[in-house]
Amino acid sequence: MKTNDFVLAVEGLTVSFDGFKAVNDLSLYVDEGEIRVIIGPNGAGKTTVLDLICGRTKSTSGSIKFRDKELTKMSEHQIVHAGVGRKFQNPSIYEDLTVFENLELSYPKGRSVFGALFFRRDQAVINQVKAIAESIFLADLLDKPAGLLSHGQKQWLEIGMLLIQEPDLLMLDEPVAGMSVAERKKTAELLKRITKGRSVVVIEHDMQFAEEIADRVTVLHQGQVLSEGSMERVQNDPKVIEVYLGH
Amino acid sequence: MMHSLKQIFPRHDLIAFAILAAILAIVFPLTMDIFRLNLVGKYLTYAFVALGLVLCWGYGGILSLGQGIFFGLGGYCMAMFLKLEASSPENTAIQSTPGIPDFMDWNQLTELPWFWEPFHSLPFTLFAVIAVPTVFAFFIGVAMFKRRVGGVYFAIITQAIAAILTILIIGQQGFTGGVNGITDLRTFLGWDIRTDSAKYLLYFVNLVLLFICLVIAQCVRKNKLGRILVAMRVREERVRFSGYDVSNFKIFVFCLGALFSALGGAMFTLQVGFMSPTFVGIVPSIEMVILCAVGGRLSILGAIYGALLVNFAKTSFSETFPELWLFAMGALFISVVLFFPNGLASLYQEYVLPWIKARFKPRVKTKPEAKVESKAKPQPELSEATDDSANLPAGARYEN
Repeated sequence: MKTNDFVLAVEGLTVSFDGFKAVNDLSLYVDEGEIRVIIGPNGAGKTTVLDLICGRTKSTSGSIKFRDKELTKMSEHQIVHAGVGRKFQNPSIYEDLTVFENLELSYPKGRSVFGALFFRRDQAVINQVKAIAESIFLADLLDKPAGLLSHGQKQWLEIGMLLIQEPDLLMLDEPVAGMSVAERKKTAELLKRITKGRSVVVIEHDMQFAEEIADRVTVLHQGQVLSEGSMERVQNDPKVIEVYLGH
Repeated sequence: MMHSLKQIFPRHDLIAFAILAAILAIVFPLTMDIFRLNLVGKYLTYAFVALGLVLCWGYGGILSLGQGIFFGLGGYCMAMFLKLEASSPENTAIQSTPGIPDFMDWNQLTELPWFWEPFHSLPFTLFAVIAVPTVFAFFIGVAMFKRRVGGVYFAIITQAIAAILTILIIGQQGFTGGVNGITDLRTFLGWDIRTDSAKYLLYFVNLVLLFICLVIAQCVRKNKLGRILVAMRVREERVRFSGYDVSNFKIFVFCLGALFSALGGAMFTLQVGFMSPTFVGIVPSIEMVILCAVGGRLSILGAIYGALLVNFAKTSFSETFPELWLFAMGALFISVVLFFPNGLASLYQEYVLPWIKARFKPRVKTKPEAKVESKAKPQPELSEATDDSANLPAGARYEN
């Protein structure tokens, strides 16, 4: 199979931390426009996989191809420039800056030192920031320091920071974790809206939520793919039942 | 253009700059004799370093304990030029080798070392004052930040470099003047820098340079670069995932800090008339961090006030109790860190500004700041130190 049919092709990926293989010979293919949910018990290596794709952790062996670009050799910012965006598990935003500034910093312009020095806040930037803020329910809070937002609002802000980067591949690590029921509902709505027409990899514990958005589900266990396919198929897979209920 | 100018200099910042300019350019020269004014000029050369530290440390989170390196390199470059001019064959006729600096003669050197030669030229010297420290900072920055060395490790390494440079200067007496430094500097292109009128002029040259640096710092602080620095300070990793090469931003701000320090060093040499390793090593480097911390590490104007206040205190204190000064300095640093982590600027922000606002808000809305400053002085509830901080204008906010 040719790898360029996929937006993301992970092959034989292994990472070893002092001999412990957190991810072991993992292969994963994500189609153009697909929403893939990764589930698995604690310590299965879900977050590590995202870390490897976005360059936060360097792999021991294997390859990660994003539209035929090899990501394993690139540094974090180059991977971002290539079009991969990542949302972290704990809201990772700039608390000392306002909501507007958080979004503006993520706007894909003026990313070099001198680009930043001569960056102008023109109408295009302002419009884009406002549009994104509208979609993440923060339009009225643009001037508020991000550190003062609620947990759910911080999660939204980080999603907004990703959106404004206009990534081709969106990676979300537990986007609804720690949210109230009302916030969760709104977030699910938001995610459904933004995932349209994009390739998305989501890590999620919330099965109901996963079922709602997933095209396909990958179950990880001990750094390897245990099962893959539709939610229904995966849920009825005896190996998955064993892992989730067996101990 | 007007619009972006307003973004960089909001009204209260402009007023704050104007007040500082008025104090330094009008009040001090009118009220002080030339001896004291020259001292202020000397203190202000440290303010260049403190200003660089505000950007590096306060904004970028890069604590350098070796800013003396760049202050010293800038100062030495200038001193080499002045020394060569002072060592003309006529002036040094009694030496066994006339025409070379006196300390070289004492160390049995018979020839000017090659790296001294270009310092006969003023354009080269001015270029070197700027380029040598900046390029050196660039190499340190590339070596450290590209490998993601940061935090305490970076601080320790800068300190080690400061120590190494001091030892090198002291050890190579014949080339550098050793522990005494480069002394007995007299003229600048034939113009005697030791006269009162020269000192006046140099004070103002120093002031102009300082304000140029302040404006550069304000531009950096107020545009996107400044916001990236703030973002980097807390969430370095997140900045990478916003698509920035963090190391380049660190290298840039570190070089800028070095450049400011170098200008300060060169002006120090011109105003004080000598340069020695005592301004290069670990102790002066840490003193400069203290200046920045006392003023408020997030306030560019606070850095200037901090440099002035601490050095005034140092001068008057060490005149009376010379041995105790270092202890007092240590105590000052510890108490600032413990009680006012954002320095005098935060005192202004937290106590003086609300008081001013509470008092003047109901009045005329058009010109509040102008009134504010004239009445900010009589502060019944504040200590002596804070009374001075009342001068810290609105721009000296401890938060960006």
